[in-house]
Amino acid sequence: MYSFEYHRPGSVAEAAQLLTGNEDAKLLAGGMTYIPTLKQRLAQPSAVIDLGGIAELKGIKEEAGGLTIGAMTTHGEVASSAAVRQAIPALAALASNIGDAQVRNRGTIGGSISNNDPAADYPAALVALGATVRTSKRELAAEDFFTGMFETALEEDEILTAVHVPKPEKAAYSKFANPASRYAIVGVFVARTSAGVRVAVTGAGPAVFRATEMEQALAGNFSAAALDNVTVAADALNSDIHASAEYRAHLVKVMAKRAVEAAG
Amino acid sequence: MKVSMSVNGKQVSGEAEPRTLLVEFLRYELGLTGTHVGCDTSQCGACVVHVNGSSVKSCTMLAVQAEGAQVTTIEGMAQGDELHPLQAAFREHHGLQCGFCTPGMIMSAADLLKTNPSPSEHEVREWLEGNICRCTGYHNIVKAILAAADTMRGAARAAE
Repeated sequence: MYSFEYHRPGSVAEAAQLLTGNEDAKLLAGGMTYIPTLKQRLAQPSAVIDLGGIAELKGIKEEAGGLTIGAMTTHGEVASSAAVRQAIPALAALASNIGDAQVRNRGTIGGSISNNDPAADYPAALVALGATVRTSKRELAAEDFFTGMFETALEEDEILTAVHVPKPEKAAYSKFANPASRYAIVGVFVARTSAGVRVAVTGAGPAVFRATEMEQALAGNFSAAALDNVTVAADALNSDIHASAEYRAHLVKVMAKRAVEAAG
Repeated sequence: MKVSMSVNGKQVSGEAEPRTLLVEFLRYELGLTGTHVGCDTSQCGACVVHVNGSSVKSCTMLAVQAEGAQVTTIEGMAQGDELHPLQAAFREHHGLQCGFCTPGMIMSAADLLKTNPSPSEHEVREWLEGNICRCTGYHNIVKAILAAADTMRGAARAAE
């Protein structure tokens, strides 16, 4: 690791102040991606601003027909939260299958979605559930937050503070996991809400995307069979040593059908 | 920077740069070499310790992030000469060959048994996702953890 200054602010306002005018400073959440990045000398921040000491960023509360989850809430906390298991069991199940137990004990929802790894699980859930992302400056729809591979709508001096996830009527997530990392080779989150059906896909493309053809097919008939005649194009999908674009396209449909079945 | 924390019940402090990893602080500053560095890439779990009661990979945490925390390492598991039930079970059931992964296995298993005192074999195997052993094929590790769970449940009943 290159050397850096370390700050541990006690509030979002203090963290924002530390970021202002310090363009090479980076925020540290759970560190499950950023610390390995630092160790490989792939990043050289002037300062690391650790969000671990900010109480207002932690915790889960019921609010406005859904759940508000603080950015520094760990995957383990989401997985074991009675409120999440009761209101959105698919989200608790998703969190319980991220990485391994030790990663879940440190990794956070805010860190994960700010990193926007194309194979991360949470982006699919937040887009499918129609979640709202809250930052130190504004609120925006999850769909507008994830802008591309490892890219989000966050500005340099903006801090993600929480996500608000409305309670769905039905939802489930199905993932074909890489057996070594547990990242999604393909993950599909299906949700039916009062606004309609949403299907969000992670792992398959450069960033999370909605499978609109599937959404239309499911809107009239929420069953796995409704997806039989939907085709998934491999054109824009990822190809790597783990899976070709064609195989990923195939998996999108298989995972979507499994998710619909699991949602019931 | 000066870093202070409680390690195995003792208040300790030492010097650490912000980039010093928790595992480096434990091994080189405090001389607690029971916590191992295997892969150094957050995958193998040889470096697992408890921070504020939860198992974490100490190669993927900065020492300064543990400021003020309660840390437990493998050295804090035995009570004097009496091995922790997990340590005793690993010995009894040949849960180790070279022993390199063992501290991480035991610290990880201890975290599991805290929240799930009666895990199934499947649950133990799932939980060990983040701990890699290149000698044993895991079979005796799983057997040892299940035996320790049994012993610890017995001890908990006896204490009631």
